[in-house]
Amino acid sequence: MDIIEIIKASKDSLMSNKVRSFLTMLGVIIGVAAVILLVSIGEGARTYIHRELGNLGTNILVVVPGKTSAKGGFHPPEASTVRKLIYDDARLIKRRAKHVDDAAPVMFGSAKVKYLNQSRDNSIVGSTETYFSIRNLKVDSGRFITESEVDAKRKVCILGRTVKRDLFGDKNALGALVSIGDSKYRVVGVMEKKGVTLGIDFDDIVFITTTAAQELFDTDRLFNITIKVKSANELHEATEEIKQILIKRHAGKEDFTVMSQDEMLGVMNKILNIMTAVLAGIAAISLVVGGIGIMNIMLVSVRERTREIGIRKALGAKNSDILLQFLVESMTLSIIGGAGGILFAGTVSFIIPYFIEFLPTQLELWSIVLAFLFSAAVGIFFGVYPARKASLYDPITALRYE
Amino acid sequence: MISLKDIKKSYVLPKVTVEVLKGIDMEVAEKELIAIMGPSGSGKSTLLHIIGCLERPTSGTYILHDLDVSLKTDNELAEIRNREIGFVFQSFNLLPRFPAWKNVELPLLYSGVLAKERKQRAMEMLRKLGLSHRADHYSNELSGGEQQRVAIARALINNPAIILADEPTGNLDSRSGREIVDIFKGLNKEGVTIVLVTHEKDIAEQAARIITIKDGVCQSGYY
Repeated sequence: MDIIEIIKASKDSLMSNKVRSFLTMLGVIIGVAAVILLVSIGEGARTYIHRELGNLGTNILVVVPGKTSAKGGFHPPEASTVRKLIYDDARLIKRRAKHVDDAAPVMFGSAKVKYLNQSRDNSIVGSTETYFSIRNLKVDSGRFITESEVDAKRKVCILGRTVKRDLFGDKNALGALVSIGDSKYRVVGVMEKKGVTLGIDFDDIVFITTTAAQELFDTDRLFNITIKVKSANELHEATEEIKQILIKRHAGKEDFTVMSQDEMLGVMNKILNIMTAVLAGIAAISLVVGGIGIMNIMLVSVRERTREIGIRKALGAKNSDILLQFLVESMTLSIIGGAGGILFAGTVSFIIPYFIEFLPTQLELWSIVLAFLFSAAVGIFFGVYPARKASLYDPITALRYE
Repeated sequence: MISLKDIKKSYVLPKVTVEVLKGIDMEVAEKELIAIMGPSGSGKSTLLHIIGCLERPTSGTYILHDLDVSLKTDNELAEIRNREIGFVFQSFNLLPRFPAWKNVELPLLYSGVLAKERKQRAMEMLRKLGLSHRADHYSNELSGGEQQRVAIARALINNPAIILADEPTGNLDSRSGREIVDIFKGLNKEGVTIVLVTHEKDIAEQAARIITIKDGVCQSGYY
């Protein structure tokens, strides 16, 4: 039988019940849109995290004191045996490890920062001259710490944007003396705006030299050693090298952890994958529910048109003609519904970022194709039963049906 | 061309088995116009359905065009209905969602004729039955007589050898009824075999031969 005629006939029959057809499609539209949207949000979140971590520099290893599992979760505390990481550890890594480009000893703490009558409690990061390049940080005006300043324990500082604005307003901060803790520090630079990255507000930090920070916090215990590896494919070798060097210095004990940003990324990827799959799965269930809606309405439609089926059969329609007619009708419902869902999801995922800043979206072709094929399959699957039922009607019984 | 031998048909209902036809022997020659009469419930419609290949007899042989129908598959029966037989029903049985010409072309759809030719042939057939001006009307816009004429056009569209009419005048006033009978007589003159089921004596008398069914068997004369 003429396939164009079948499609036309199914269009006619769907159009003669516009509201009912639309409501049936709505089930599929919502299902398809949900799958595509949730995947696009999941993918958006992944891109967001990748970009944020990229902002913090690439090929970075961080050594922290204490042994923790790489997969997250801390081992039972063995505080007495944990040896602190000190400045010399960092220096040794930089000198000995062949795969390491740079190693910055980082101190972290907080202190009162004061200028004239303005003061605030502030996070203080103590580091060396290479920290900025490792972490991809830039100064807006002035400069960063120099090597000689680190060696000479000079009291200089670089202010984050927010700190500068709070203490100085619009005035020039370069060259001014601020007090951090009990000492005066000279401002040599102001940071470029960086914003919040993975929950850390880089604009709200004051940078000083590691050596000055040792004095300020009265300890030589490092917060971490931030290491830049020469290239991405040397990360593993670098990790091994660092371990060897530090184990030797720490009396044969591995009482530190070398964390790789890529490892963190990998863990996050895993979590995001699972999340995306779970969400898409839930959305797919709604698509199945939409399919049941199609089956329901097709059963009603078959029942309503029992007489029509009888007439068509009397005029020479084969069972397969009737089957095809109703199957095309349910497929039309699901395919138009699928297309509508794609359109809807596309629009929404385009609009979302304008309204919800922290929710980036990224439309994925595979999710669109998958959702569409799935909806078409749902239309066939749930259309077969009613269509088969229609095709098996006895012509005489169908003709007599009132 | 139609030959029924000892045709029996019974329906199995949950509690009883109803034997509707108890052994019908009947011959219809080519180009004949015959009327089947009988009281309601006598099985005349069932007999017509069997002749029209809409139902299979429980037993007996039905030879149509020298072919044993009981050996045919369902798909082959659909094809026979499509090409060899035209049905006209008491309640017209037009599809209300389609205009007249779409109804007329339906059988051609199932014999694989292309859209353009389908429409052309449907219009021609409507013209032949004096309904050109009604081609785009839906069945609820047509009078009973007009609806039945559309149904006859639909029955004729595939040039079948046999027209089976089940109480074709039953839902019509006597004037429209006469018109329809005249159409059948005209068609019969053109060489179409017509089997007409009716319980109206004056309609039946227009036929060349009358077969009466009573209690599931053939009887001669009127009931």
